[in-house]
Amino acid sequence: MARNEALFEAICKGKRNDVTALVQGEIDAGTDIIALMNSSMIPAMRDMGERFSRNEVYVPEMLIAARAMQAGLNLIEPILADKGHKAKAKVCIGTVKGDLHDIGKNLVAIMLKGAGFDVIDCGVDCDTAKFEQAVQDGAQAVLCSALLTTTMPYMKEVVAKLKDSSAKIIIGGAPVTRQYAEEIGADGYGADAFEGVTEVERLLGLTAA
Amino acid sequence: MHPNVATWLTTAPILLDGAWGTEFQARGLPPGACPDALNLERPDWVAAVAGAYIAAGARAILTNTFGANRFMLARHDLTDRLAEINRRGAEISRAAAGPEALVFGSVGPTGQMLLMGDVTEAEIEAAFTEQIEALAAGGVDAIAFETMADLDEVKIALTVARRAGLPAMASLVYDSGPDHDRTMMGITPEQAAETLAEAGADIIGSNCGHGSEGFVPLAPRLKAASGLPLWLKPNAGLPEMQAGRAVYRQTPADFAQDALALVAAGADFIGGCCGTTPEFIRATAATLATAHK
Repeated sequence: MARNEALFEAICKGKRNDVTALVQGEIDAGTDIIALMNSSMIPAMRDMGERFSRNEVYVPEMLIAARAMQAGLNLIEPILADKGHKAKAKVCIGTVKGDLHDIGKNLVAIMLKGAGFDVIDCGVDCDTAKFEQAVQDGAQAVLCSALLTTTMPYMKEVVAKLKDSSAKIIIGGAPVTRQYAEEIGADGYGADAFEGVTEVERLLGLTAA
Repeated sequence: MHPNVATWLTTAPILLDGAWGTEFQARGLPPGACPDALNLERPDWVAAVAGAYIAAGARAILTNTFGANRFMLARHDLTDRLAEINRRGAEISRAAAGPEALVFGSVGPTGQMLLMGDVTEAEIEAAFTEQIEALAAGGVDAIAFETMADLDEVKIALTVARRAGLPAMASLVYDSGPDHDRTMMGITPEQAAETLAEAGADIIGSNCGHGSEGFVPLAPRLKAASGLPLWLKPNAGLPEMQAGRAVYRQTPADFAQDALALVAAGADFIGGCCGTTPEFIRATAATLATAHK
């Protein structure tokens, strides 16, 4: 399916009302919604993610793009549910115990939804029990976020608690490094929201060949 | 500029304090607990940290009220004690500072995103107003808006400080962009300096984000674009993770040398952020005393 350029642009520019109108228009026209997501919506968030990684856009642009994306997803999700469409995989995400920062976590969550994942948002200040519960509820990957150097060591406890489960653990956040991920035995690491999603896809074997 | 600031500047550079949160953690505050609540629960700890910085030679200290706004306190179910936490924080620092040293009431970001419509400008203004009124009641000399990232939020904050008749310092974190010279919202030092000067800041600055070497290129840019006194509080270098803990490698002596370079680059107020302790301030006091004899 050819990319809907207007929709792609509206998501990148964060025009929530335009996104709603354009997606509704496609739904009314009977367009294949999954094809629309794959051709126009997910690439828009990926494009923004790449531009964020390259320092061409900053947090505000990412946030408003994510919000516009969410507006479109809100229209699409019930349709997919009705059709019995299966999500790519179920994952959970949360900011670790003691840490109340959620900007980064929310960005990754929306990128994951946009990439076709069923996302359990555990919120902020998550103890190991919260992550364990999400795994019991079917999360195949656990994404842990931390903004503070003082809360980041809690990730080690999450890894220790979940090491016998089948879930993959991916960590990220401003002070977190790949070296730290390896040190504490996490399965993966994302330097930013975009990388976080590709890391989940890689670890769950969902990467397109 | 507020007339008091002009008076203070006659004795610049003015040495500030270092980090508070890590000092509390060293005394046993668990990660994730509300440091601001210590003003009521462990005023002895707060007085000890404030006193340690004064004893180290700081001529201006902050208050333990960085997160004492209604949004942050709500996360700890403490909004009903907001006025008390701020007033006590100001009083503790005031008592430690004595008649000579200055007290800047510390006000951090609300954590709410105006651009996402999380809150209205009126709600942000009300939050800053109640915090600053309580700090003023506790006897602060000025307000320090620290670790800010969003210019729209700081502009509202400055309006509130001016209305209270208090001199105001506004400090942003520049830790983003390819050259680490933008805030997470993408704002450059020039954009910030111009906007803050226009919004009525008496002092502008930068804190956190990187070690002192990262502040050297920022200092002249902030100063040139605003023409205002400059406040700098770098971290003690960049943290390294060791056995799961963040460790700041820089020594107090190295920090003091860098502080001297920052004063040469235009800093009027100089202190430390994450990883710094009273030892860093003591070393900086000695180095500055030698250099400015």
